[in-house]
Amino acid sequence: MAILSKEEAQAILKKALGYSKADECEITLTGNVGGNIRYARNEVSTSGAEENVSMAVESRFGKRSGVATINEFDDTSLEKVVRRSEETARLAPESPEYIELLGPQQYTATKAFFESTNKVDPAYRADAAAKSIAAASAKGLTAAGFLEHYSNFTAKMNNKGLFAYHPSTSVDFSVTMRTEDGTGSGYVTQDFSDIGKLDTGKASQIAADKAANSRNAKALEPGKYTVILEPAASIDLLQNMFYNMDQRNAEEGRSFLSKTGGKTKLGEKLVDERITVYSDPSNLEVPSSPFAGDGRPQKKVTWIDKGAVKNMYNTRYWASNKGAVSVPPPGNIIMEGGSQSLEEMIKSTKRGILVTRLWYIRTVDPQTLLYTGLTRDGTFYIENGKIMYPVKNFRFNESPVIMLNNLEALGKPQRISGSLIPPMKIRDFTFTSLSDAV
Amino acid sequence: MKRRNFLELSALGFGGLMLPAVPVFGDIVTPERMLEQVDPALKKRLADVALNTAKSKGANYADVRIGRYLQQYIFTREQQVQNIVNAESYGVGVRVLANGTWGFAATSDVSDKGVARAAEQAVAIAKANAKLQKEPVQLAPVPGYGEVSWKTPIEKNAFEIPVGEKADLLLAANAAAMDNGANFVNSALFQVNEQKYFASTEGSYIDQDIHRIWPNFTVTAVDKASGKFKTREALSAPMGMGYEYMIPKASEKIKGPEGTGLVGYRKAYDMLEDATLAAKQAKEKLTAKSVMAGKYDLVLDPNHLGLTIHESVGHPLELDRVLGYEANYAGTSFATLDKWKSKNFKYGSDKVNIFADKIQPGSLGYVGWDDEGVKTKKWDLIKDGVLVNYEAIRDQAHIIGEKESHGCCYADSWSSVQFQRMPNVSLAPGKEKKNVDQLIAGVDKGIYIAGRGSYSIDQQRYNFQFGGTTFHEIKNGKIVGPLEDVAYQSNTQEFWNSCAGSCDESDYRLFGSFFDGKGQPSQISAVSHGSAHTRFNGVNVINTARKI
Repeated sequence: MAILSKEEAQAILKKALGYSKADECEITLTGNVGGNIRYARNEVSTSGAEENVSMAVESRFGKRSGVATINEFDDTSLEKVVRRSEETARLAPESPEYIELLGPQQYTATKAFFESTNKVDPAYRADAAAKSIAAASAKGLTAAGFLEHYSNFTAKMNNKGLFAYHPSTSVDFSVTMRTEDGTGSGYVTQDFSDIGKLDTGKASQIAADKAANSRNAKALEPGKYTVILEPAASIDLLQNMFYNMDQRNAEEGRSFLSKTGGKTKLGEKLVDERITVYSDPSNLEVPSSPFAGDGRPQKKVTWIDKGAVKNMYNTRYWASNKGAVSVPPPGNIIMEGGSQSLEEMIKSTKRGILVTRLWYIRTVDPQTLLYTGLTRDGTFYIENGKIMYPVKNFRFNESPVIMLNNLEALGKPQRISGSLIPPMKIRDFTFTSLSDAV
Repeated sequence: MKRRNFLELSALGFGGLMLPAVPVFGDIVTPERMLEQVDPALKKRLADVALNTAKSKGANYADVRIGRYLQQYIFTREQQVQNIVNAESYGVGVRVLANGTWGFAATSDVSDKGVARAAEQAVAIAKANAKLQKEPVQLAPVPGYGEVSWKTPIEKNAFEIPVGEKADLLLAANAAAMDNGANFVNSALFQVNEQKYFASTEGSYIDQDIHRIWPNFTVTAVDKASGKFKTREALSAPMGMGYEYMIPKASEKIKGPEGTGLVGYRKAYDMLEDATLAAKQAKEKLTAKSVMAGKYDLVLDPNHLGLTIHESVGHPLELDRVLGYEANYAGTSFATLDKWKSKNFKYGSDKVNIFADKIQPGSLGYVGWDDEGVKTKKWDLIKDGVLVNYEAIRDQAHIIGEKESHGCCYADSWSSVQFQRMPNVSLAPGKEKKNVDQLIAGVDKGIYIAGRGSYSIDQQRYNFQFGGTTFHEIKNGKIVGPLEDVAYQSNTQEFWNSCAGSCDESDYRLFGSFFDGKGQPSQISAVSHGSAHTRFNGVNVINTARKI
């Protein structure tokens, strides 16, 4: 019963809501069915399947709120979980940040559920791993990889008339290939809503080529370099920036968007004017939920418009408190790019470094969004439009804000971690030391 | 990321409140329910159903873990309680060896039927995967211990303390910080109780009751005129203790270096005292001198050094990483088998003695038996600076010529398959009597660093960059004032070879990681690292200040 239809979910939610005696009650029903396979040293190490349905009930008496959850759905259990949330609510302190539950909402239609992904079985997983391992064996390489797929649904109903339902599927695949002598390593990662778009054999070829070509890397002096960041390399830095655009933190003076005198950078130019970033749940490549966790509709929202801060997200409480427009945090990130492929971007580069992946990224200074981390699994020197040789990995200390000001070029956006990100050419990217790690 | 039974707090509607992204497993229950225990006789009967079913389906070995995992997390900011999470997760995981291959299945249906079905599934998965197996799994021998039990030696079960009392303590700490000039303060108390029953076809039935606790806060000071903000984290440690850790005791305090006002907390924390100092230090950070980049001698507080040990010694000596099993995610290791076999690989200076254990009282790793029924112990990893051993479990012991497992196998839930995890990894204190002021007295140009900061290290654990919570400049053997914008960058082997000695045993205390991540799907674990104040010479320090 893990993936319920809209009608099935609605029926359970209605029944549970019928037991409510609270002033306000909101019930969320979620379910997922999934499986995974993991391999290392060219053989499968673990594989598993999982399935779960869970219901969370929030009851409110005045400004007091309590939550209870359950994973059984007979009438007795439904009543029990509603009562338990009511008992917890009665004992809770009044919330100074109380805000009334949302009424009926209009949600954008999104297509995020694909039967191709939903029907994946253990045989598919074993075959997907075997194809990836075969790509490694053919070149005398060692593969370690992971494939994980899910079908999910979320349904929400409250006694103010709100009802929301969203089914989705996803698959994430990644593999690292290493040369037998340990001097070369290559990586690839891909994710889709429709597993029909995934070819683990073909994708693994990219990791295999990078591993084979990265043997015996040369050491370059650390310093400021022009880099081409593949989307898999830049995604974490960009997510760290865009998921930090909280209005309250900015207004409280503890964000990279805070300014002197308690003001914020809303409306101001922050990065290069070729940067435009938005979120859109109905995008066909990266569909995401049409509603946020609290039921607010997810619409197309522009966060950075031609380099300027256009919107910050907030909670309903903060929006109401400040008289601001209520904007939920983004469900995906879509960064506009150009039409160049990665290969074309390399061709147009006089001197630079191609970066496959950044690793162990940690905040150094939240004020400037300074992050540190390292390159990994495929770092190459480019000269006069050609990849010349592999280079040793670097540690970087860089802020995505500075990085997006030092923009040289944007390529064609690709899906990565549920977002659309272009490969980017950045000048003066700061590498501060060398690493011996392969 | 593992999604089943895995509720990020933000998904509960508390996003945007600066809550940490911490994993919460299972169902939300009332605090009273958390005091209940499952009858061991029932668990033994269910365990036998699993083991007998697995054997009858063709398993040569089977183990079963019946686990009840309880978590209570309390979050506050300034004068308000933001969220209280009471979660329970109960179920059974069955692991088998059939045709020389592992199989695992888990279920939340804790009935004879449910357990038997999981055992059958585990055997079926093992047989299916056996076709892709190159060499059969070899298990190091382990005795059957019969029916035994073990409990974390706690004085006060944190789950028995009323939630209101615990929330009040956090709010009192917040008030202490606000009264001393903080602009914001977020605080939290994490409490975990694992009730684990392990049984295997080796003849063990092990009932364990494990407790952990971690109080924490972040104090923020904002200077509106300059637009700057600085934070100061709590100097508490996550511990394998009960609520007694929350009750201040003078005998468990160690005076920090002269001129810093800092206090070290051994087995009892003083949250109000620390919050008061934190507010003063957060404000002080707004105007502190920015460090001049260059080489400095570092004196590292145990509450900082713990994570340096964790990242640069604990992880690289995990045998599964060394062998390549974690290559796609956490990475591999520079500490390859040839270095260990050489018997002369100088990991550090001769002052460096690092040991692993699962038996230190108060530590997060302290248990009686690990998650595959191996009795826990202590062993050396680095002896007089030389690499002498790794961290290994039953199916790895033969690779490094060990006759028995080290007993560091762990699963974060009944639904996760157990695998090799980091034991406690600690730096032995110096033998010569020395306190921190005496250690600092020998330093001409240095920096004293306390508390956790930014930690980043490469996938083979060579190159690292670590920050901290507070930094103080040392000149001619004395602390002269606070510093900011400090991070040190080094190479693991170079760093440990620059170790110039530690304070004595009386200065030794534990620090640790409550949510250490590893594996795909990712699992968490909790692990401690003990040390005394330690000096490292000539370490490269960078300045992290930027303008955007």
